[in-house]
Parts: sequence; C-alpha cells; structure tokens
Amino acid sequence: MILFFWISLILVSLSVIGLLIRLIKGPSVPDRVVALDAIGISLVSIVALLSLIFETEFFLEVILLMSILAFIGTAAFAKFLERGEVFDRNSDR
Amino acid sequence: MTETAIVNGLTIIFISLGVIFSLVTALGLIRLPDVYTRSHASSKSATLGVLGILAGTFIYFWLAEGHMNSRLILAIIFLFVTSPLSGHLIGRSAYISGVQPTDLTEHDALKQVIAEKKRKQ
Repeated sequence: MILFFWISLILVSLSVIGLLIRLIKGPSVPDRVVALDAIGISLVSIVALLSLIFETEFFLEVILLMSILAFIGTAAFAKFLERGEVFDRNSDR
Repeated sequence: MTETAIVNGLTIIFISLGVIFSLVTALGLIRLPDVYTRSHASSKSATLGVLGILAGTFIYFWLAEGHMNSRLILAIIFLFVTSPLSGHLIGRSAYISGVQPTDLTEHDALKQVIAEKKRKQ
C-alpha cells in the first residue's frame, strides 16, 4: 500500500513538472496564472498523499488553507489583469 | 481480511482516478493551443483529480485508521465550488485584457458585445 502511495506521489510530481514548463514558457500572462492555479491545486493533492505516506492526520489542516490561498491568489491576479489594480473604489462593472 | 481488501481497493480506485486526471491536466496544459482551452483543461480536470485524491484519503483515514476527518469534506466542497470559478475569472480577464484566441476558433460570440460596450463608454 505504501508503494502505491509513493508511485502516485511520483506521478503527481511529474504532472507538477509539466505545469512548470507551461509556467516558464507561457506566451501571455493569463497562461502563467492558469498554470500557477493548477500548481496550487496539485500541491493540495501532494500534501494529501504525504499525509497518507507518513500515516499522520496533522497535515490535513494544511489542505484547506492551501486551497483558500490558491483561490484568493487567482482571484487577485484576475482582477489585476482586468482593471490594472487590485483594490479600487468605483465598482461600476 | 476481506474488510482490509475492500478498503484498500476503494482507496486504490479513487487515488488512481485522481492521479490519472492530474496527468491529463498537465498534458492538456502543455499541448493545447490557447489560453481559453488551457483554462478549460485546468479548471475541469484538475478539480476532478484533486477530488479523487482527497476522497481516497478520506476513505483510507476513515475506514482503515478509524478516525473521520471532517476538514477533508470541507476542503472537497470548497475546491469543488471555487476551482471552476477561478477558471471563469481567468478566462474573462484574459479576454478583456486582449489575449487573442487561436486561429482555429470558428465563432467568437463575445466580440460584438465587448466592441459595443467599448463604443458606448
């Protein structure tokens, strides 16, 4: 069972390497933001697999925090790309 | 003996589904030609991949180790809600900030609406 968890951890890490390629060579900025969002979501599954390998449930606190941080980062990047600033006062759109 | 076999089988099925969808996400982000198709690959299949792995983790900790972890259910629901939402936000901001779709695109329904809105301002 431990061997299966190690193999799936290695495969998820390979997919993170593939996302890093897109993060480095992406032609536009939204490409890089999409790759960064997918990396954040893959890190959540890496933490889940690590907690299965080490047989502890204390890592599971990190999962919720990392998913919230990934979503907030993506939303802030989207707003910055759309209007040129993150916090603004007039919200007519 | 058979109970542990059933638990291990369920865990292996869910985690294998999650890993396969994670690999499909990486393949889609490398191979697809455009921001919008890439965000489609990222938002849908990355969500399903992490949902599979988290469900396998929840089943293993509940049935094999004996303690149910409610924060994993909360994380599954949160990711299921917010990951397609972030894909939509990125696609919209990419269109408004002027990223062109690929040449293979046949119909662009949003072009007229954006042009009319810019003319009205």
